[in-house]
Amino acid sequence: MATTSNKTGEAKLNSFRTGPDDKGFFGLFGGRFVAETLMPLILDLERAYDDAKNDPEFGKALAFLHTHYSGRPSPLYFAERMTADLGGAKVYFKRDELNHTGSHKINNCLGQILLARRMGKTRIIAETGAGQHGVAVATVCAKFDMPCEIYMGATDIERQAPNVARMKLLGASLNPVTSGAGTLKDAMNEALRDWVTNVKDTYYIIGTAAGPHPYPMLVRDFQSIIGREVREQIVAAEGRFPDALVACIGGGSNAIGLFHPFLDDKDVAIFGVEAGGHGLDVENGHAASMNGGTPGVLHGNRTYLLQNYDGQILEGHSISAGLDYPGVGPEHSWLKDTGRVTYVSATDKEALTALQYCTRMEGIIPALEPSHALAHVMRLAPTMAKDEIIVMNLCGRGDKDLFTVAKALGMKI
Amino acid sequence: MKTQTRIDRRFAALKKEGRAALVTFITAGDPDLETSRKILFGLPKAGADLIELGMPFSDPMADGPAIQASSLRALQAGQDMKKTLALVAEFRAQDPDTPIVLMGYYNPIYVFPGDRFLDEAVKSGVDGLIVVDVPPEADEELCLPAIERGLNFIRLATPTTDAKRLPAVLANTSGFVYYVSITGITGSAAPDVNNVHSQVARIRKSTNLPVAVGFGVRTPEQAREIAVGADGVVVGSALVTAIQQSLDGDGHATGKTAAAVLDLVNSLSKALRG
Repeated sequence: MATTSNKTGEAKLNSFRTGPDDKGFFGLFGGRFVAETLMPLILDLERAYDDAKNDPEFGKALAFLHTHYSGRPSPLYFAERMTADLGGAKVYFKRDELNHTGSHKINNCLGQILLARRMGKTRIIAETGAGQHGVAVATVCAKFDMPCEIYMGATDIERQAPNVARMKLLGASLNPVTSGAGTLKDAMNEALRDWVTNVKDTYYIIGTAAGPHPYPMLVRDFQSIIGREVREQIVAAEGRFPDALVACIGGGSNAIGLFHPFLDDKDVAIFGVEAGGHGLDVENGHAASMNGGTPGVLHGNRTYLLQNYDGQILEGHSISAGLDYPGVGPEHSWLKDTGRVTYVSATDKEALTALQYCTRMEGIIPALEPSHALAHVMRLAPTMAKDEIIVMNLCGRGDKDLFTVAKALGMKI
Repeated sequence: MKTQTRIDRRFAALKKEGRAALVTFITAGDPDLETSRKILFGLPKAGADLIELGMPFSDPMADGPAIQASSLRALQAGQDMKKTLALVAEFRAQDPDTPIVLMGYYNPIYVFPGDRFLDEAVKSGVDGLIVVDVPPEADEELCLPAIERGLNFIRLATPTTDAKRLPAVLANTSGFVYYVSITGITGSAAPDVNNVHSQVARIRKSTNLPVAVGFGVRTPEQAREIAVGADGVVVGSALVTAIQQSLDGDGHATGKTAAAVLDLVNSLSKALRG
C-alpha cells in the first residue's frame, strides 16, 4: 500500500484505492485462508482475472450485457418529497433495484460468469442468503446454458419464498442447508464443501465482496460500476460530487461498489449501515460485525466477525436475510480501521419504518437491505444544509420481502 | 539436523518395526469432556500410534457431516480451547511418548491469541499442529512461530497439489506429510487405493518425511490396503461416527461410548499389525 510518513512518524495513506496487496491483504484484513485443495483453484482464478482485466474484449462483452441485458446505467433519482420532508440535504437514490433481477447482484454475476466461461468451467455453484444473489446466478446460468447449484439456508428458504420460486423457474437446483442456523454463513460453508469436492469443472460465484482473495477484489471491481456511474450522473445533475454516500452493509458488495470510486475524494463523507437487528446491546441479536464484533478468520479471509471469546462464530440476527451474515468484506474492515468510512447501524424497527416511509413518499418499495441505509439517510439529511447532497444506493427492490414485512407489521396478505 | 520431536521418534520406531502408524482423530470434548478424556486416555492401549485431537470449531468448512456433528457436540457440551489444552496436559502427565497433534481451523487459535496459544500448546505437551485453513502462503502467521517453539507443523497435500506447488507445501512441513486421498471433505468418498499408492509415491520423491494418508478411510480392510507404501493411515470420521451411534436418545454418552471407539481402534490396529 502506498504510504508516506507524517510528522509524528505514523504511516499516512496516499490513496485508499490501491488495495489489496499481492497476497490479497487490505492492511490486516483479507488474505487467502483456505484449505490446500482450494489453494491452486484460487491462484488459477487470480491469474484468469488478471488476464481478463487486461483484455479489452472482456470489458466489451461485459459492457454489452450491462446495456442490453441488465439495463445499465441505472438512474440516479432525486427523491424530492423525502428531501422536502426531511428538511435538509438533497437526497438522491442510485436505482440499482431497477436492474434486471431486482438488485445490484447481477453486476457481479455477469462479470463472474464471463470469467467462468473464459476459464472453461462447466458447472456453477453459489450461496445465497436473501436469494437475490441466487436469482442473479440462476439468471446468468439460464442465459449461458450452464448447470447451476444454489446453496441456501433452510431458514432463509422459508422467509424468501418468492426468490426460491424464481430460482427454480430459472432451472437452478436448490440445496437446502440445515447445518447451523440454516442461514447465509451455513450456505457458504456448504458451497465451499461442494467446491472442494468438484474442483475440476466447477466455478464458485461468491455473491459478496468477501471470501478468499481474489474474490473481494473482483466482486468490488464488478460492483464499482455503481460508483463510476454516480460520479458522472451527479455531476450532470448537480455539477459536483455529493457530500455524503450511504449504503447498507451485509457482506458489503453494493456498498464497496458505490464507495470505491470515491475513496480518494476526501470531501465526500462515506457511511456504511450495518444491520442492528434487535439492537447492538442484545447479545447475538444483531448482524453488525464491525460495530459489534472483533477481527477473526472465516470463509477464507480475516475480517470483523460476530464471535464469542473462543472464536466460535455467532449466528447474528437481522430482519433482512441479505444482511444476516456474521462477517463483512475485508476491505470494509480496513476502511473502518483507517477511519475513511464511518460504519453505523440501523435496527430492524428503524429499517421497517424507513421502508414504509420511502414507499409512501416516493412510490418505491425498497428491499429490507437498503431500508437500513434509508434509516440512516433519515437521521443524516436533517442535520445537513439544504444545498448539500446525499447519494444512497437503493440496491434492491422490496417485492421479495412483502411476506416478511407484512408479518412484522401484522398485515394479512 | 534439528532435535527429534516425539513425532519423529515415533515414526522412526515404527519404521524399525516395519509397519505403518495408526493415526486416530477424535474431537476434544466430544460428546462431553469426561467421556472424551476416557477415550483419549484409552487410545494408546487400543493401538493408536499418533493422536490427532480436534479443536472444535463452529464452521468446519473442510469437514463432512460426521466431524461437523462431532464438533458441534463438543461445543454444546462446553468445550473451548482452554479445556482442550488442559486435556492434553493431563494426557501428557501420564503418557510421555504418544504424540499428540492438534487439528482444526485458524480462528479459535487466532483469537486466543496465536502467540499465547503456541506457548500454551508447548507447555501442555502438544507435538504438532494441523491447521486446515492456513496455507503455505501465510507461513509467517502461525507456521514459522510454531516451528520456532519446536512444534511440528504438518501440512496437507491434496490431489490438486501439483508438481509445481508441492515444494511450497513441503517447504516448512515437519513431523509428517498428511496426504488427503480425495478431493472433498472428510468422511465422504472412499479413496481409490491404486491412485493413492501412486500419489504417495509421487510425494515421496520430493521428501524424506513420513507420509500418512487420510480422508475416507473407515474399515480395517481399507486401512490395511492404504497402508501399503504409506507410513501412516488416518482414521477420523469412522471414530466419531462410532461415538454418535453409541449415544442415547438425548445425545448423551452411554456406558458403551468409550468402548465403541476403542474397540474400533483396536481392530484397525490389528489390521495394520497384520
